[in-house]
Amino acid sequence: MEQDNQCENKKTLNIQINDQKLTVPEGITVLEASHEAGVKIPTLCHLDLHDLQMYNKTASCRVCMVELLDPKNNRNKLVPSCVTKVQDGMAVRTDTIRAITARRMAVELMLSNHPNECFTCPKNLECELQSLAEELNVRQIRWEGERMVYPKDMSSDAIVKDANKCIYCRRCETGCNEVQTCGILSGIGRGFNAFVGPFANIPMVESSCTYCGQCVQVCPTAALTEAFHTDKVWEAINDPDKHVIVQTAPAIRVALGELFGMEAGTIVTGKMVTALKRMGFDEVFDTNFGADLTIMEEASELIYRLKNNKTLPILTNCCPAWVKFIEHQFPELIHVPSTCKSPHIMLGTIAKTYYAEKKGLDPDNIVVVSVMPCIAKKAEAKRAELTKDEHNNVDIVITTRELGAMIKEAGIEFERLPDSEFDNPLGETTGASVIFGTAGGVIEAALRTAHEWMTGEKLEKVEFEELRGMEGVRRATVKIGDQELKIGIASGLGNAREILEDIRDGKADYHAIEIMACPGGCIAGGGQPYHHGNHEVVKKRREAIYEEDRRKKVRKSHENKEILELYKKYLGDPFGDMAHELLHTHFEERERI
Amino acid sequence: MQKVRIKFHIERKNYSWQIIYKYFEKLVNVMTKPQDIDVMKPTGQEFPKEKYDELEAFINNLETTKGALIEILHKAQEIFRYLPRDVQLFIARKLGIPGAEVFGVVSFYSYFTTKPGGKHTVSVCMGTACFVRGADKVIEKFKEVLGIESNETTEDGLFTIKDVRCIGACGLAPVVMVDGKVYGRVKVEDVDGIINTYRKQEEQNADKVLR
Repeated sequence: MEQDNQCENKKTLNIQINDQKLTVPEGITVLEASHEAGVKIPTLCHLDLHDLQMYNKTASCRVCMVELLDPKNNRNKLVPSCVTKVQDGMAVRTDTIRAITARRMAVELMLSNHPNECFTCPKNLECELQSLAEELNVRQIRWEGERMVYPKDMSSDAIVKDANKCIYCRRCETGCNEVQTCGILSGIGRGFNAFVGPFANIPMVESSCTYCGQCVQVCPTAALTEAFHTDKVWEAINDPDKHVIVQTAPAIRVALGELFGMEAGTIVTGKMVTALKRMGFDEVFDTNFGADLTIMEEASELIYRLKNNKTLPILTNCCPAWVKFIEHQFPELIHVPSTCKSPHIMLGTIAKTYYAEKKGLDPDNIVVVSVMPCIAKKAEAKRAELTKDEHNNVDIVITTRELGAMIKEAGIEFERLPDSEFDNPLGETTGASVIFGTAGGVIEAALRTAHEWMTGEKLEKVEFEELRGMEGVRRATVKIGDQELKIGIASGLGNAREILEDIRDGKADYHAIEIMACPGGCIAGGGQPYHHGNHEVVKKRREAIYEEDRRKKVRKSHENKEILELYKKYLGDPFGDMAHELLHTHFEERERI
Repeated sequence: MQKVRIKFHIERKNYSWQIIYKYFEKLVNVMTKPQDIDVMKPTGQEFPKEKYDELEAFINNLETTKGALIEILHKAQEIFRYLPRDVQLFIARKLGIPGAEVFGVVSFYSYFTTKPGGKHTVSVCMGTACFVRGADKVIEKFKEVLGIESNETTEDGLFTIKDVRCIGACGLAPVVMVDGKVYGRVKVEDVDGIINTYRKQEEQNADKVLR
């Protein structure tokens, strides 16, 4: 709308909403005009994530009905405000009994075919249908009738699909097809039995789903959720034979607070560590350590590829959803990404080898729990090639939301917790690893290290402003010594597709590219607290990530003392033989369904 | 799928309401119930390459494939008689669109079928004219005789029952169409006869083969 206002040629129209007379630009909807006028119209299927260019305008829920007045012909009309464009002289009432009744009825009809299990529903108190019922004062459901009864799809380790709770708003479909361009979800069937699902209604695990979780992030009900693994964590903690290690991803510390009513972007690192210790984990480590390790390997790989004229560009692969995307959608390009394992898997490996040896522990008795802003990490941890000596590198993955639920379950008053520090040795981290949590961060961290290694000079200004921004695709040139490196950054799989098509067609001349599956990076991950359509939340988390980086004394991965110690005592050289065996992996071509 | 019959909370004091209610209740009972959407498994049936070639040639000859999915699916169903999983994926890959999108369209339109139909399709017209002249009783009789529901196929693979909307032969109501042949003014008593005609045909064909 701001853009509309700036456009000088745009006509303005006079309309009336309730008793307010307004002048609005042409082309906007009644819903948008009402928003400007401070009149709230409830919505459900409507979703406008301007930053992501994601607009869901299916107008399928009929919750935003308003009355268009036509007193001349005595013919007032009910219209859905989300798709009705304003016209000159239009008079709208949002508060007539007819409009209010129509809205309430739409919700009642949805509820008449919705499982009555709010108490035990994973979306309890987070459900948009539930809050709408409260907002619209629904006190009874006047219809009782047929109900959908579909089996829950729990086939994958990551996403659970419960078609019975689908209200057919099709936000997930828009996210999956238009934003992420994966094309996994589509409306299936017609009329009463319709729901959203993959091709041939196959189980999710058989589809080419990347488990990025953007569908989960926008689903208004619990039709799509993550697979829950909190019970397994409690079981491990309460097993006296197990040494339970927990690690938290960089994006958790800037979002966890939201689950306890804190302002978005509050940094709660210290409180989070205290909470984890009180919950009974034996060691609280930081995935950032794994991130620093990733940089050591990835920067080395970049320099190796540059010096030896190997395949360029190098693609970062910290994001498992993105890895699965390239395997299914661009199998011809799977030799391009870096072969590094993702940070949390690296930490899991080091915990079960180096750390186990150091502490004299049996790796079989170590349980590594990862707290991730991500749903795809759940599936990643189960990948066959990511096991060594027949035990998983990471055993259990839970999301930010699941951690929040566990803290509540344990009766910990999060807001009142004192701060504590991560345990050593795998808790020592740098600012470079913190910024992994936002789009552009991985490549910036890699360049901080690569710059110093390639030039041999100290990097005075560690911030690469040219790599920061909220655009879906960002291109920049960074000068390192006398060499100019062309960098690409894409967040969101639709944007990634754009870059990959260029690479495939030989149109791109990048040296290094960072790709994150979720638009904005891990801070907007599928496992993060629900943003409920408010993308400002993500921006605040992003600010917090950069703030956390500024607070760190050490801001370059190769200056992390514990990392240097690890290479000296155990791994040898970065990108060397031992590092290859433990910290690198491979990918496979997969079918696109 | 568990079914709970719809209860209408309509005040039935007024006579005209009662008529509407009765009619509506009757209609709901006989109309095709929304079909459960099952997981589509690969049929294992292999089709000759010529059939795929024919479909491919049809797609290649289109001016644009944009907005042509439904047209292509019609052609595919004409060639393959139904739309198995492999054919749907073939179309998706040929057009460069997600398989889910193709399946979404196939599962939306009742004309498209993902299961091979019987050798003979018995279409009973449920349009208004046929309905008021007793098509509901006729279709019930067909279901009883063949032991199947609408959109199902008999075990011997001979018959599929379909309830269709107006086929434009209201003067002959109620109308039943078997494959291309139209039977007008069908009474419940005629049903056995119609079925037997086709069964006899099959027996004769089988005899010929044996000889």
